[in-house]
Amino acid sequence: MDEILTYAQAAPAETISFGTADGLLSSVWLLVAIPLVSAAVLLLLGKRADRWGHWLGVAAVGTAFVLGLTYFFGLRSLDNKSVELSLWDFIAVGGLHVDFGLLFDPLAGVFVLLITGVGFLIHLYAVEYMAHDPGRRRFFAYFNLFVAAMLLLVLGNNYVMLYFGWEGVGLASYLLISFWYTKPAAATAGKKAFLMNRVGDAGLAIGIFIMFATLGTTQYDEVFNNVGALAGGAVLVLGLLLLLGAAGKSGQFPLQAWLPDAMEGPTPVSALIHAATMVTAGVYLIARSNPIFSANHTLQLVVVSVGALTLLLGAIIGCAKDDIKRVLAWSTVSQIGYMFLGVGLGGAAYALAIVHLLAHGFFKANMFLGAGSVMHGMKDQVDIRRFGGLSKYMKITWLTFGAGWLAIIGLPPFSGFWSKEPIVLAAFAHEGWSGWLFGGAALLGAGLTAFYMTRLFVLTFHGPKRWTEEIEHPHESPPLMTIPLILLGIGSLGAGWLLATSVPDWLTATAGLGVLEESHEGALSHYAVTALALTVTALGVVLAWFLFRNGTATTQQPAGVLVTAARKNLYTDTVNEAVFEKPGIFLTRALVYLDNRGIDGLVNGLAAGVGGGSGRLRRLQTGFVRSYATSILTGALLVVAAFLAVQAGWFA
Amino acid sequence: MNEFVLPPIDYAALAPILIMMGAAVIGVLVEAFVPRRLRHPVQLPLALLALLAALTMVVLNADKRVITIGVIAIDGPTLFLQGAILVLAAMALLLVGERAIERGGAFVAQAAITADSPDDRRQAERAGGAGEVYPLVTFAVGGMLIFVSANDLLTMFIALEVFSLPLYLLCALARRRRLLSQEAAMKYFLLGAYASAFFLFGLAMIYGFTAGLGDRAAGVDFATIHAAVTTSTASPVLLFAGMALVAIGLLFKAAAAPFHVWTPDVYQGAPTPVTGFMAACTKVAAFGALLRVFHVAFEGARWDFTPVLGAVAVLTMLVGAVFAVTQTDIKRLLAYSSIANAGYLLVGVLAPGRDGLSGTMFYLVAYGFTVLAAFAVVTLVRDADGEATHLSRWAGLGRRSPLYASVFTFILLAFAGIPLTSGFTSKFAVFGPALAGGQTWLVIAGVLTSMVLAFPYLRVVVMMWLSEPGDSTPTVTVPGGLTSAALVIGVLATLVLGVAPAPLLDLATGAADFVR
Repeated sequence: MDEILTYAQAAPAETISFGTADGLLSSVWLLVAIPLVSAAVLLLLGKRADRWGHWLGVAAVGTAFVLGLTYFFGLRSLDNKSVELSLWDFIAVGGLHVDFGLLFDPLAGVFVLLITGVGFLIHLYAVEYMAHDPGRRRFFAYFNLFVAAMLLLVLGNNYVMLYFGWEGVGLASYLLISFWYTKPAAATAGKKAFLMNRVGDAGLAIGIFIMFATLGTTQYDEVFNNVGALAGGAVLVLGLLLLLGAAGKSGQFPLQAWLPDAMEGPTPVSALIHAATMVTAGVYLIARSNPIFSANHTLQLVVVSVGALTLLLGAIIGCAKDDIKRVLAWSTVSQIGYMFLGVGLGGAAYALAIVHLLAHGFFKANMFLGAGSVMHGMKDQVDIRRFGGLSKYMKITWLTFGAGWLAIIGLPPFSGFWSKEPIVLAAFAHEGWSGWLFGGAALLGAGLTAFYMTRLFVLTFHGPKRWTEEIEHPHESPPLMTIPLILLGIGSLGAGWLLATSVPDWLTATAGLGVLEESHEGALSHYAVTALALTVTALGVVLAWFLFRNGTATTQQPAGVLVTAARKNLYTDTVNEAVFEKPGIFLTRALVYLDNRGIDGLVNGLAAGVGGGSGRLRRLQTGFVRSYATSILTGALLVVAAFLAVQAGWFA
Repeated sequence: MNEFVLPPIDYAALAPILIMMGAAVIGVLVEAFVPRRLRHPVQLPLALLALLAALTMVVLNADKRVITIGVIAIDGPTLFLQGAILVLAAMALLLVGERAIERGGAFVAQAAITADSPDDRRQAERAGGAGEVYPLVTFAVGGMLIFVSANDLLTMFIALEVFSLPLYLLCALARRRRLLSQEAAMKYFLLGAYASAFFLFGLAMIYGFTAGLGDRAAGVDFATIHAAVTTSTASPVLLFAGMALVAIGLLFKAAAAPFHVWTPDVYQGAPTPVTGFMAACTKVAAFGALLRVFHVAFEGARWDFTPVLGAVAVLTMLVGAVFAVTQTDIKRLLAYSSIANAGYLLVGVLAPGRDGLSGTMFYLVAYGFTVLAAFAVVTLVRDADGEATHLSRWAGLGRRSPLYASVFTFILLAFAGIPLTSGFTSKFAVFGPALAGGQTWLVIAGVLTSMVLAFPYLRVVVMMWLSEPGDSTPTVTVPGGLTSAALVIGVLATLVLGVAPAPLLDLATGAADFVR
């Protein structure tokens, strides 16, 4: 661990430049193009593609994965591990030049592998999961669209391209959340996700505008090289706006409310978009923009605080939820909180956050698909109070879910231990009293995570059966669903160690990620933190096991203040409603009134004036040549008179 | 007695004009000697070939900057505008030559035969419609080619008549709604003659003014006028009155207010392909001449003519925009739109320097493509009685024929100047130099009237898409190959010039140098 904290000091801050993509890497645009074309084909062919469309979708992502792997190895052999590919001038107006270009560097590379690798498995799973849905082709079209947009997001070489992909994944996300748009809850959830993301996206857009106004460019290399020249205030504002964007997309405080509702979409969507990939775009944004965030300490403090607050918030709420997917969703919110904590700490912790992101991509996708498998066998029941004892009926789901559970709670040697533990350690290493604060929050979060995940696991797979009447014999899912589960399960168990040992080194080549400020001696020693974390985790597990091994009541029970609050999402929705929604509605009404009476009156009056004038003046156009000739003559006299008047100097 | 020396004549430079005029004469001979049945199949390829040959010569002349026998100037703007006229005329000719939409085409040979009578049908069967239209178009194109290259006012006047007379006749050739067509032709002829008189009167005054040059003979060639503007000792009243009258003659052809009154009636009455031809090619020719007269001959009086012509431009934009609001006929609507566009073009003419010149030329080409595509769609929307031009008949067209309604929507958006269409880039091309040249008031007027003008365009869009089709909603005829070709060229050009205007703009900028 100590090596990881110090490895980067060798690379001093230097000018960032990217090589030009040639040879094999010059076809990196195919990564985006293939899923995009597949999506277009699926959408345009319509019903004609119903029979084979899903396989095309799977094949597109599979091809992208193979290509991604090839490029990844192609990149390894290069000295400067970052290559740029400029496709064409996207926008060139006055001083604004935006390149339609791609950047393939280690950070983008690992994201590409995550998106296409996990994406491929989830696509495969969805073939079976959506088998009985009449909209399966449409589903795969949106899914492919999502993959294309997400790849564009991580591959762009400037902020405008990132924004392009950002909106693209947003679009795919809304389409998929409300995929079953006839269900009012799904439609509302889609709308909620849209609106909350709007807030974040507006922040990101304004951030990009500021970037252009102050730096005159949006290209990554130019921005990062020049950010040092900006005033501290400008960097702070810029960073806060980017953070707002990141918080919106990643479901971080205060924009976290849409993510759990997004679980109304089909489960593969929850696994791919709302757990493994899209919601981590915020982490990507901050990691990518690390020179901006590292340039201002206040900014970093804000990011860390957001992360710490969100990880606790998510964990506490997760303890009180009874819907299997919502527990997982709040767990996602909480885990992304860890990642924000990591990227906020800066320096080497950037890489730690990315490692956790990758590991989380595996185990959370695994658990979501596991949840989908459970729902598949339990007639779409999602209430964990009505599960129990499923381990006997769904062996594979149980085992793979168990792997995910072990991974997330962070017991060695599973992946959570390798990825989450260092973040806790890094949080304790933060300077001064804040190290205790953030470290404590991370530690408490670890305990809570252990508690709610064990609760979920035990209530679902162990203890007495509490099934609803119509379920007689739950069944294991077909192989097309279990194979991805098994692969992801293996990934959950083993990937952590692999990632934690190789990725940080690999990421040093990414622009800015190799820069590390002086590392501080932690408030607690490495071993103390590890021991504490393991103790807290074990406590959480044991407590949950003790409480829930005999099942739980099948209906909601009266509870104390804390549990009630957690059930109500810690009143964050209520706050949103009171602070934003009510005044927003009032403001809208006021504006509509003003618009109807004031502006529309003015505009309508003007329009009526033009229309009336036009109607009256039309009568001048009589159709008689004599009147036309007269008007020409009048005009001619006026023009001659005007010329003579000019000549006489009357206008001078 | 001095030996008579032939002036040097650069025949290659004159070739486009000679080709068109020659083709027109051959066309007349074809009408005289070829059997009726064969005339259409002979005339159309003949005219197209002539256009192609002339265009080839224009391209081959691309680097030429000469004045041939003193009256014809072959320079960058001439070649650019000649090329534009030839390309747009070829598109218009495709519309003129279309026979698949209606047997016998849109033209009639004998005014006495009523539309759809047995005689009319027999004529359509046997003769394939009138063939006279081809030599007339060819003559008109030839006249336009001279008009934009004329190097003195007298040549310009002759060219004006050469291309106007065939146009008067073309207007009268509509097969359906014959009376409207003949009335339009009559009005156009009378008012055109009237305007020509103004031009001629102005020419005379300018000639008088140049007599005040001490060191050189009086004359109406542009170099002499240019010299006279600064050094003539004659009364400046002659110059200013002459300049005003010459301008009036040209502004009439350009359909600028208050000399626009003929436009709606003539556009509505003329056969639609001819309307398209006038809207595209006549506009290029008229503005080509305006550019030459004001950039070459009267350049020294720029500060004097700019306010007056600026007022004319503003008035033109206002009239076009405001009158368009209440139009109920699509052809009249497009006529007023063309008037407003004349106003925008005048802004470009008044913008000083190369940029103004190149912007105006770019605008002319871009607008020509779009307006021809618009009239091509108008020829397709028809019922049993021919074209259905009343706007109420277009309601709900989007449901009946989504493809053509989409195309027309795109064209209207281009007219309204929405980005990614040539309407946006071309307005940008003329407003930009005007702003740089300090003519801010013209640009403000231009933008405001564009906003007003967007209303009638969008009203048509709304009607096509958001109204339920009624019983009277006509269908869209599936176009024949020729109309399809013209439509595809027009729409593609509108899109390409909107997305990637740089090549044509560069070409126009490279050509923006007058010889004197």
